[in-house]
Amino acid sequence: MARDTNTRKSSESEAKCRPGMFLAQPFTFIGEAVISWINVLGAATVFLLMALLKTFRPKQLSKVVNQIYYIGARSTTIIMLVSFFTGMVLGLQSYHALVQFGAQGAVGSLVSLSLIMELGPVLTAIMITARAGSAITAEIGIQRISEQIDALHTMRINPIQYLVSPKIIAAIISFPLLTAVFDLIGIFGGYVSGVVLLGLNGGVYMHSIQTYVVLSDITNGFTKAIVFAVIVATVCCYQGYFAHLRKDSHGAQAVGLATTSAVVLSCVLILVSDYIVTALLI
Amino acid sequence: MNTPLIEFKNITKRFGSQTVLENVNLQIYDGQVTTIIGLSGSGKSVLLKHIIGLLEPDEGTILFRGKPLTEMKKSEIATLLAQISYMFQGNALFDSLTVYDNIALPLRETTNLKKAEIDRRVMARIEQTELAEAAHRYPSELSGGMQKRAALARALITDPQIVLFDEPTTGQDPVRKNAILSMIAQYQRKFNFTAIMVSHEIPDVYFISNRILALYDKTIVFQGTPEELGNFDHPFTDEVIHSLEGLQKELTGLYSKRNFKILNHVQLERRKSGESYCVVVFTLSNLAAIVSSLGHDAAQEVIHSLGLYINKHFGVIGGFSNRRKANEVVTVLPFSNLEETESILNDFVKDFQEQGIRDICVEAQKKVPSVKGVDFTIRAGIAQGQPIAEIDSVIDLAESQQKEIGRLRCAVEE
Repeated sequence: MARDTNTRKSSESEAKCRPGMFLAQPFTFIGEAVISWINVLGAATVFLLMALLKTFRPKQLSKVVNQIYYIGARSTTIIMLVSFFTGMVLGLQSYHALVQFGAQGAVGSLVSLSLIMELGPVLTAIMITARAGSAITAEIGIQRISEQIDALHTMRINPIQYLVSPKIIAAIISFPLLTAVFDLIGIFGGYVSGVVLLGLNGGVYMHSIQTYVVLSDITNGFTKAIVFAVIVATVCCYQGYFAHLRKDSHGAQAVGLATTSAVVLSCVLILVSDYIVTALLI
Repeated sequence: MNTPLIEFKNITKRFGSQTVLENVNLQIYDGQVTTIIGLSGSGKSVLLKHIIGLLEPDEGTILFRGKPLTEMKKSEIATLLAQISYMFQGNALFDSLTVYDNIALPLRETTNLKKAEIDRRVMARIEQTELAEAAHRYPSELSGGMQKRAALARALITDPQIVLFDEPTTGQDPVRKNAILSMIAQYQRKFNFTAIMVSHEIPDVYFISNRILALYDKTIVFQGTPEELGNFDHPFTDEVIHSLEGLQKELTGLYSKRNFKILNHVQLERRKSGESYCVVVFTLSNLAAIVSSLGHDAAQEVIHSLGLYINKHFGVIGGFSNRRKANEVVTVLPFSNLEETESILNDFVKDFQEQGIRDICVEAQKKVPSVKGVDFTIRAGIAQGQPIAEIDSVIDLAESQQKEIGRLRCAVEE
């Protein structure tokens, strides 16, 4: 038996030493990584579909309202703060850039279009990921490792229906609303820096917005917000729900790493999908 | 025997390369308390999780009332699982919900009962499990024992027909351990569910179990009654039972069954032919009434105090005692004849009536300071035996000759 094992080991090491195998190793690694990614993507898609299918079940409304409060209402303050200063910086930068061409009258349209089409949905999604997304992953992860999710199974309560579905629906409702708040406060921030601090004419600022912003810009921004909501909620719930299956760690450490992965992956996917959605909508 | 409620046929479960269960065969019968014993990490919880469907076997078949689970329709499995409740080792209470909400959760989510009816049922369970003061507190604010009781209340809220208990007494003190076991036994009798318990609280689980399953070396090596386990000749007995049993029982401080037998053998072997020994059997005759009046904790405290008192009194004159049943203590006086034993017992009774029973009452009151009075009745019987006689028959004789030796009403001010 021992001889068999030794023989196998030596033949494996010989195989590794072969030049062909050595050259193939990077491709093997890439192939395995791609297959793993596709598996995860498939699993996450099934996870999302199962959650969406459980949306219109009885007793879901109160849970969705609770989650809207948790994900949406409690994120309002931080969203307002970030959007106000983002708008101010945009107003300041665009004023100094446009004044060189005598086009400072376009500050309003530049600020508003930047916010409505790009910065509003993206920064709102990233802020909610940092505030609520990480908390969702940690909460579900802890429920998983402390057997609370198993307890739901034993009580015949579907964990995806009870825990995941309300969060995804709440995110789909909250993201566009918070994006709207971001846009409005951001435009107000641009007004403060451009009109109040730099002396731009207030009427010109508002007229520029009214002239250049069209309804499709707003709907495109909201479309992005909904796409980001689905991505963030799915990634954060999925990472927490399957924290116990992580191969790199166990227990509390797995929950910590799942939370980190959820935030990083959500932010990356927000930016990648932003490009894809923009390309499709233009 | 009838068709088993649950049957495992050649169940094997692996996690990666590690085999946890191998060719497990077992039968669990309706309406009984079945306890699975074994060392920590031997796969007891894994076995239990197969019953409720949290884990699926790699090989083998699980049958419910003779029908393989794999041949059942989804709706049949759902109906079956609806009859089963599970109490987790770590309680698995939702830490963001209060005790009340945790207990109400299964009713709110899986039934269409009105709020008032849910409230009535939940409050009834809360009262039964002595959690009234903790109803609106969060699990993190409760002691380990209270968390266990909250988990027990949640497991019983749907009136299940089968309840699985995964090490329900882990981390509890001796009084609390026995209180939880007593509570399980009481509810099992009251609601007539089938209890399947995983535990290594040997021998305390024997008092409440109808059947014992022994898990050893990845498989079930014994199935039978606690009495049959006493005659089971297998390495499991030495490696597991004796190591878990200890020299003395945690609750009463009396000798364990095995050590009682050894002492009995050693002491009586020394006696010459013709010399006798005596056995005294003490019974706390109204344990059920004490439980219902004072609760499980106080009832266990009464047994605890009684054990200590008997040990204190008879230990100094060479007697050794063992808790034989939930409410019965047997004392062997190896160097006394019937006359001497009667005299010693009379002294004990006098002392017990003057002071002992009051001490026990005081200990019980410490656990439950504001309840109505309850009667404590202690009975005792004596029998004389010869070294050649089987001690069990002497004990039975002593039991049949019991008479009341003490009664006191624990009148507690409300």
